[in-house]
Amino acid sequence: MITSKNEFLYFTLRNTKLKVGLVVIVFFLLLTFIGPLLTDYAPMAYVGPGAHPPSAEHWFGTTTFGQDVYTQFVYGLKATFQVGLIGGGLGTLLGLLIGFTAGFRGGIIDEFLNVVTNIVLVLPTLAVLLIIAAYLQVRGVMTESIFIGLTSWPWAARAIRAQTFSLRTRDFVDLARLNGMRPLKIIFTEIAPNMMSYLFMTFILQFGGAILNAATLDFIGLGPTTGISLGLMMNNAVLWSALHLGMWWWFVPPGVAIMMIVGALYIMNVGLDEVFNPKLREI
Amino acid sequence: MSLSVENLRIYYQTLHGDVQALDGVSFSIGDGEIMGLAGESGCGKTTLGYSLIHLAPPKRFVEGCVMLDGEELPIWDNERMVDFRYKKVSIIPQYAMNALNPTRKIGKMTRELLESRRLRYKDYLPELKRRLDLVQLSQDVLDMYPIELSGGMKQRMVMVLSTLLNPSLLIADEITSALDVSTQKAVAEMLVEFRDREFVKSMIVVTHDISILYQIADSILVMYAGKLAEKAPTETIIHSPRHPYTQLLISSLPEVGVKYSEKKLTGIPGSPPMLLNPPTGCRFRDRCPFAFAKCVEEPPFVEVEKDHYVACWKEMPVHD
Amino acid sequence: MIKVENLTKIYRTGTFGGKELHAVSDVSFEVQPGEVVSLIGESGSGKSTIGKMILRLISITSGRITFNGEDISKLKGRELKEYYRKVQGVFQDPFSSYNPIFKADRIFEMVRQEFYPHISSREWKDRVVKALEDVGLNANHCLNKYPHQLSGGQLQRFLIARALLLDIQFLVADEIISMLDASTRIDVLNLLAELKQRGLSILFITHDLSLANYISEKAIILYRGCITEMGATEKIFTDPLHPYTRMLIASVPRLDKKWEHVEMELDRRAGEVNGGCVFYDRCPVADKGCAQFRPPMVEVEEGHYVACYRVMDEMDPVNKALEHSLSKQ
Repeated sequence: MITSKNEFLYFTLRNTKLKVGLVVIVFFLLLTFIGPLLTDYAPMAYVGPGAHPPSAEHWFGTTTFGQDVYTQFVYGLKATFQVGLIGGGLGTLLGLLIGFTAGFRGGIIDEFLNVVTNIVLVLPTLAVLLIIAAYLQVRGVMTESIFIGLTSWPWAARAIRAQTFSLRTRDFVDLARLNGMRPLKIIFTEIAPNMMSYLFMTFILQFGGAILNAATLDFIGLGPTTGISLGLMMNNAVLWSALHLGMWWWFVPPGVAIMMIVGALYIMNVGLDEVFNPKLREI
Repeated sequence: MSLSVENLRIYYQTLHGDVQALDGVSFSIGDGEIMGLAGESGCGKTTLGYSLIHLAPPKRFVEGCVMLDGEELPIWDNERMVDFRYKKVSIIPQYAMNALNPTRKIGKMTRELLESRRLRYKDYLPELKRRLDLVQLSQDVLDMYPIELSGGMKQRMVMVLSTLLNPSLLIADEITSALDVSTQKAVAEMLVEFRDREFVKSMIVVTHDISILYQIADSILVMYAGKLAEKAPTETIIHSPRHPYTQLLISSLPEVGVKYSEKKLTGIPGSPPMLLNPPTGCRFRDRCPFAFAKCVEEPPFVEVEKDHYVACWKEMPVHD
Repeated sequence: MIKVENLTKIYRTGTFGGKELHAVSDVSFEVQPGEVVSLIGESGSGKSTIGKMILRLISITSGRITFNGEDISKLKGRELKEYYRKVQGVFQDPFSSYNPIFKADRIFEMVRQEFYPHISSREWKDRVVKALEDVGLNANHCLNKYPHQLSGGQLQRFLIARALLLDIQFLVADEIISMLDASTRIDVLNLLAELKQRGLSILFITHDLSLANYISEKAIILYRGCITEMGATEKIFTDPLHPYTRMLIASVPRLDKKWEHVEMELDRRAGEVNGGCVFYDRCPVADKGCAQFRPPMVEVEEGHYVACYRVMDEMDPVNKALEHSLSKQ
């Protein structure tokens, strides 16, 4: 007999998009752990002849300066995932807090939070980042993550606010109020669980968005000054004319990796939507 | 016009199997007849109404033959049905008034609707205006957005649109349920007027509200759990029903004037069977106070007196 | 027990809250212990708004609601919870009243957590089973299921059982059977009548007059936020005085006779009301005087109140001029 939980699992396992996306993400995640074990080099060390194509010694070849591209790649992956998790996580958290409060309280609080959301939304993040770059000469991946988290929450807040609004008018919320429950308790016990799927998908999108964001920032030189990331690799590659010189092994792996990770995340999101929303399922 | 439905079977495909929503339904409607289709939720009346015009997954056509004006309606073939929809068969779906595109003015929407059928708006505009007058809508509504109209006005607008091409058969699915009592009366009376003026030849009025049917329908078809229970002229169904379900249903309706303290009404204990694996024999068997041995066999839907059909062994003229 | 005095609710609408929507205007009535009062009105009449104000789900703009003499708008925290022990509500849509991701019995568990935290779960289970019996449900068939596995009638009865667990004195039943099937409706209705006989007071909000007549002693007819007629249900049905009540009764589809042809105007736009009688633009017998000021509620016979100038004219021509001039001040 198929119960409600089984039905859920059934669709999860059956959904190709979800499976494909998950496989890709897990693959890259494993690579961040296992990859560094397969190389003795440090990412920024000069270990070989410069500008050499992939060989048995250097699987992804070397950069103009003789750094091992493969090492840079696997360490860069780690930074990428870090940004996704911290930046995306922070963005989701802020979006949750603001979205729930605005949606549930309504009235003047909602108006105020809306103004705040809109301001952050239209902030020219690039300009702010430039100013920050001028002040903080040395920036790490953590700083970048926090910055991305602090600037990417608005759309999540809006989406969550809208959902909360629509749930708030449902009778079961009124029933909870008739139990004498406080608003905060109602949000946690009634509304948030109902939006679990929505929150999950929001996080996934934030994750992917943060990675993309970081890659862009790194690429134009506003990324971390220490460490290595996929975006930084691409930045360096262009800086040192890898395109002209035909050093495809320098910029193709990071570019493809970013594309695949973010793409896999978005495909997973669509798949999850089908799992959670019965109307989208195919029989 | 006449409609004849023979042995129609429509199932819903689900993960758990086929839900036998409509299981071998046969009846006919004469020219100019308003037939009420009554029953409780899950009885299949909405499925029946929709199948006559649009069969989409998860609904699945299993078997059956539908003849409209002597021509077969290819309800299993959505492509071929395009020629019939709106011109020969039309429907006013439930909550149609909420389906009006809020960003379109009514007139523009009508134009688009007609053009999608390759008809010219200009050709139909005079008739459209005449009908708007008939339903007491000002011609200004063509220039308004749906949000400017009240529920009753939207419903009347939808009625005019659905019948603009004078279809032979109109299916009205719960069109009065979301309306106030006074608008309900107006809308129901308009349905009859459309028929009297021959904008529509025959109608199937799907509703759970039998009292509305008493006011406007010529005959009533009562359904239960995917099968037909009884069909008869309205007076007969209300005042001398023969199927136990119909009898119990009619007697459970509180009338204006009946008080609990004077006469306590009773409902029907239990609930309809699940149609995933329906029981064999008469589907009302478990709740029927008159059930006896023969009821494990499915009773046929037969004519017990003129124009009066019942599916019940107790009412069979001759039985063991 | 519940006394509503000059209750008004005004919503601000339009951009920057420029326009006002008078959902409820100056409504006053009482519900005595052990009484069932029907609040009858069509959509837009404000009947649900009144119910929600009594349940403290919507704030009051002006006026007073008292429960056993105490003003309920002042209640907070623990006092509010005490109020909810005595006053509860059941709403129209049974499926919307349950959180779909949880099991249906959770509503009982929530009552225990909030109101009876010191009671053991075994004793609570006994109470739940008894409450379910009281509403005519077999605990074995209904417990431990998700809302979508139960029928509308069962869900509504669950909600009534929940209210009974709290040992309430007053129930607000807001269109609780309109979404149920005909055969289940009467069972839930009979249940309410039985509860009334055991001392429960009920505010029965509905748009269906036959239901109101079946179950209530007093009826209040609402139109666009104002009371048009009020009195013993029997009286209102056999001898309706207000033109709106007459129109309502003539429009109800009955099984014993066909509709009469009644003169009436259909609605035009969804418009607002600007002074005068709320029924003015649809009233078949209105005259210019009716558009000026709202007619006052007048007791035309014992316990039977009507708010209509024309009715007053007919009843008492001598007082007509006096009333009109009084209301102009």
